[in-house]
Amino acid sequence: MSRLLLPGVGPGLADHLAARGPLQAVDAVWLADEVERAGLTGRGGARFPLHRKLRAVAGARKPVVVANAAEGEPASRKDATLLERAPHLVLDGLDLAARAVGAHRRIVSVHEGPGVAHVRRALDERPGGEHVEVVDAPAAFLSGEESALVSRVDGRPALPRTRPPAVWQQGVGGRATLVSNAETLAHLALLARHGAADFRAEGTREEPGTMLCTVSGAVRRGGVVEAAIGTPLAAVLSAAGGPAEPLRAVLVGGYHGAWLDAGLLETPLSSAGLAPQGASPGAGVLVALPASACPLRAAAVIVRYLADSSARQCGPCLNGLPALADTLDRLASAAPTGADRLRLEQLTGLVAGRGACHHPDGTVRFVRSVLTTFADDLDAHRAGDCVATTAIRRYASSAP
Amino acid sequence: MSQRISLDWIACDGRGLCAELLPERIAMDEWGYPLLDATPLSADLDAHARRAVRACPTRALRVQHVPAGAAGGPAPASQPLPAGRRQAGTAPHASVARGAARTQRTR
Repeated sequence: MSRLLLPGVGPGLADHLAARGPLQAVDAVWLADEVERAGLTGRGGARFPLHRKLRAVAGARKPVVVANAAEGEPASRKDATLLERAPHLVLDGLDLAARAVGAHRRIVSVHEGPGVAHVRRALDERPGGEHVEVVDAPAAFLSGEESALVSRVDGRPALPRTRPPAVWQQGVGGRATLVSNAETLAHLALLARHGAADFRAEGTREEPGTMLCTVSGAVRRGGVVEAAIGTPLAAVLSAAGGPAEPLRAVLVGGYHGAWLDAGLLETPLSSAGLAPQGASPGAGVLVALPASACPLRAAAVIVRYLADSSARQCGPCLNGLPALADTLDRLASAAPTGADRLRLEQLTGLVAGRGACHHPDGTVRFVRSVLTTFADDLDAHRAGDCVATTAIRRYASSAP
Repeated sequence: MSQRISLDWIACDGRGLCAELLPERIAMDEWGYPLLDATPLSADLDAHARRAVRACPTRALRVQHVPAGAAGGPAPASQPLPAGRRQAGTAPHASVARGAARTQRTR
């Protein structure tokens, strides 16, 4: 499955135009209509319908469009890969979005590092590229959060701010701002060339199109793969070379996502397919956990990272996330008490929905999936045992 | 059209005046931050709510107007509190862990 990332096509403008064809001028109203017909939703995790964002911002005075390639999620590399291999698709999409809303400023927010140079190099090749602003985003989990991104563009620290007003009402410089994930814009660039029907040729009727997935962990060839929405998770893992060893579970949707037991890998990669499992595709992050690893230890490391990533602006997050991490550390250790599990549940109730952004909510979603998917491990640890290491011991004792 | 209390979480510093002045809608968590009841404010609570809003040292507490049946802005979250009782002259709850050594403040 290759629509966005074509093998053998270089990142330069000449290769881009040869492989994709030129971008014809399009009417702003037609474009929003076509986006609606296509059913293109955001690929940054929230999956919000792009046409609604376009129309909301289009009515404002001097709106701004921002391509979000901040990619703060450590397990995600899809936007970095797009900027490295197909930057002109993203920049075409940014130009199209700007035309659709009548934008006065076009901005690319890119994860600090090599991606900045990729974008600048691509902009140098484009007529009018000198008018696109490039802002680097710090390598922090919350950098890609919409309002944190806007703060950074405005020259303030990359920290979320209180809503309302929403970013689409008051964003960069106080202006209505369309923030769109880099991959969403890349899809837009193809949509403007080939139309809604072509976009809908892949995926499901309710969730059309393809999405980029970053597959990592216990797989043979971790990396970025493109999959039609609705593809079974097992097939997406196969595209990354398949499991490198027997799997216990897969983390779906990144550090704010949910764990799926390895027995559920026929589940389709779609909102509809994953919702019954308490998960969602998010920004396409899949981390394969081997059976030889203690899932509670893996989860504790992630929650500690999430706690350290707090913007430290809101009391429940600042206090509650470290408490969650401490409790999970104890549960992952050799001898947790019964009170620890209750405490974990109590903390999830105290933290969710109480903050300026969704960092605490995402963390709670992750923790709740640990409680569900790894309930057996919690019981085992309580009894002084560990399912993962027991499996290794059993294998070792049966080996010749 | 109804009204409910809401909070600017970034401005809130967990001072606790709101919970003392409007216990019918605001309790405190173990770190001293408000647990908000999003139940619409009845007429008899209106004056108390406005007093709580004025008393907030960081102007974090708000009264939000919610059109009947609309989703409104981000909800203040949490379940309705057990019916709070207004007691003249006494602090309503044990100051839950306000002095707890590990409580961290945002400022």
